[in-house]
Amino acid sequence: MSVRTPNDISDWPDEEPLLRVSGLGKRFGTRAACRGISFCLWPGELLGVVGESGSGKTTLLNCVSARLPADQGSIEYRQRDGRRVELSQLSEATRRRLARTEWGFVHQNPRDGLRLDLSAGANIGERLMAVGARHYGEIRGQAAEWLSKVEIEAGRLDDVPRTFSGGMQQRLQIARNLVSRPRLIFMDEPTGSLDVSVQARLLDLLRGLCDELGLAAIVVTHDLGVARLLAHRLLVLRGGVAVESGLTDQVLDDPQHPYTQLLVSSMLQ
Amino acid sequence: MTGAESATAGPATGGYNFAYLDEHTKRMIRRAMLKAVAIPGYQVPFASREMPLPYGWGTGGIQVTASLIGKGDVLKVIDQGADDTTNAVSIRKFFRRTTGVAVTERTAEATIVQTRHRIPETPLRENQIIVYQVPIPEPLRWIEPRETETRKMHALSEYGGIYVRLYEDIAKFGRVTTSYDYPVLVNGRYLMRPSPVPKFDNPKMDMNPALQLFGAGREKRIYAVPPYTPVKSLDFTDHPFTVERWDRPCAICGAADSFLDEIVIDDRGGRMFVCSDTDYCRSNRAAKAAE
Repeated sequence: MSVRTPNDISDWPDEEPLLRVSGLGKRFGTRAACRGISFCLWPGELLGVVGESGSGKTTLLNCVSARLPADQGSIEYRQRDGRRVELSQLSEATRRRLARTEWGFVHQNPRDGLRLDLSAGANIGERLMAVGARHYGEIRGQAAEWLSKVEIEAGRLDDVPRTFSGGMQQRLQIARNLVSRPRLIFMDEPTGSLDVSVQARLLDLLRGLCDELGLAAIVVTHDLGVARLLAHRLLVLRGGVAVESGLTDQVLDDPQHPYTQLLVSSMLQ
Repeated sequence: MTGAESATAGPATGGYNFAYLDEHTKRMIRRAMLKAVAIPGYQVPFASREMPLPYGWGTGGIQVTASLIGKGDVLKVIDQGADDTTNAVSIRKFFRRTTGVAVTERTAEATIVQTRHRIPETPLRENQIIVYQVPIPEPLRWIEPRETETRKMHALSEYGGIYVRLYEDIAKFGRVTTSYDYPVLVNGRYLMRPSPVPKFDNPKMDMNPALQLFGAGREKRIYAVPPYTPVKSLDFTDHPFTVERWDRPCAICGAADSFLDEIVIDDRGGRMFVCSDTDYCRSNRAAKAAE
């Protein structure tokens, strides 16, 4: 089977990968949700994970972001200080610290990732306060700055997200994650609940922010359009197995695996 | 019963064991208290007993006091700073009946002060113990509803969330409006709810020479601030912690440094501000009369 792996590509940067996943497996009872998945993620790279519903995308994302313990394989993360750590070996304290400093997690439903009864400012400021910011003026200043970065008008700083539209809530969730300058962000169907015009704007914004901040991201999506716009590289999952991976354009324009071919041909042009 | 106290429990204690609780229960509670003193601000679970009064009336404080009290102790009980309110009177009577120990209204004479809502204005000294009745011991409760998660947050010192609450106050009202049960950090480690005392009393907890014990009966938790332990009220560097101030002194004793209650005195909008600490107010008046 002609599955391209990241290692086939000769012009990878010399830099070491941010994340190295090898042989990842996760079972729920007798059902294998993920099997033998391996990939690398380099700084500044956006990796798209695509596949049909039930193919293990979200399980993969949850394992890689240490929200779920993996059963098999290793996930190696290179910290800001350059040290490489194996996620399963980390203490819970370190994992939680990583999750709120070096990582971000954007949920499909903004209600899962936001505190709906707190103001937008407090939502953005929460991570700053969690890592020790104790100056109200600075926290508020940064919150306002991030609000404008995600194109929400400054006047909404003290409004609660309940009063925001779906697109605004999703942008607020992104601001809330990016304010602590993470290096790696996990996104589970970030545009899943938005209508098409709002989707496009959000994708544009995301791509801009990732470029600007040199952010690496893993984006789970079932929407190949989103993947094409956003991701540098793709990983195609089916039945918990990675059937194909490679540069986005390569995978979408010249799919090798029969399943990928089917997936691509079913895409609306 | 083998306790020295119970051996002499006679008609004076109304047929109950000394201080109502049996000796095994007292021992269990003392163990929890020792642990609490060893880890300032940490909430120690204990097997809280049914008490002959409803939850919310001070069952936690009463169990702590009952496990501490000895024949030589002098007990003072206050509620909202006053010795003569229903709750204070009932609890004092309860201990009179079940222990026969001396009771007092004077802070300086007491060895144990059981309190609800206030710390006496008269500074506490070494060898005194103040027992707080705590309704909700968990400072993170309104931030995180899961007990398993709040315990983890304490274990890992993840206290960012509580600042979010202060942030919201300032964003909405321009200042922190939390005026009682104001969260504190004990010994630079554990976040603690100081029971519903006004934030006016928070500075009194800091480096206090007395032992401070907190009992929550319904929630089954005991925690403590040992003598001379730093207790810091949370704040932002640009919005420092402040306490309440009044623009007039106490209308009865003239004290300008005490916590004042607003009292409605007629139906034409008449109000007066008086010390909430009745013992402090009386001793001020006595001192003035003596002059």
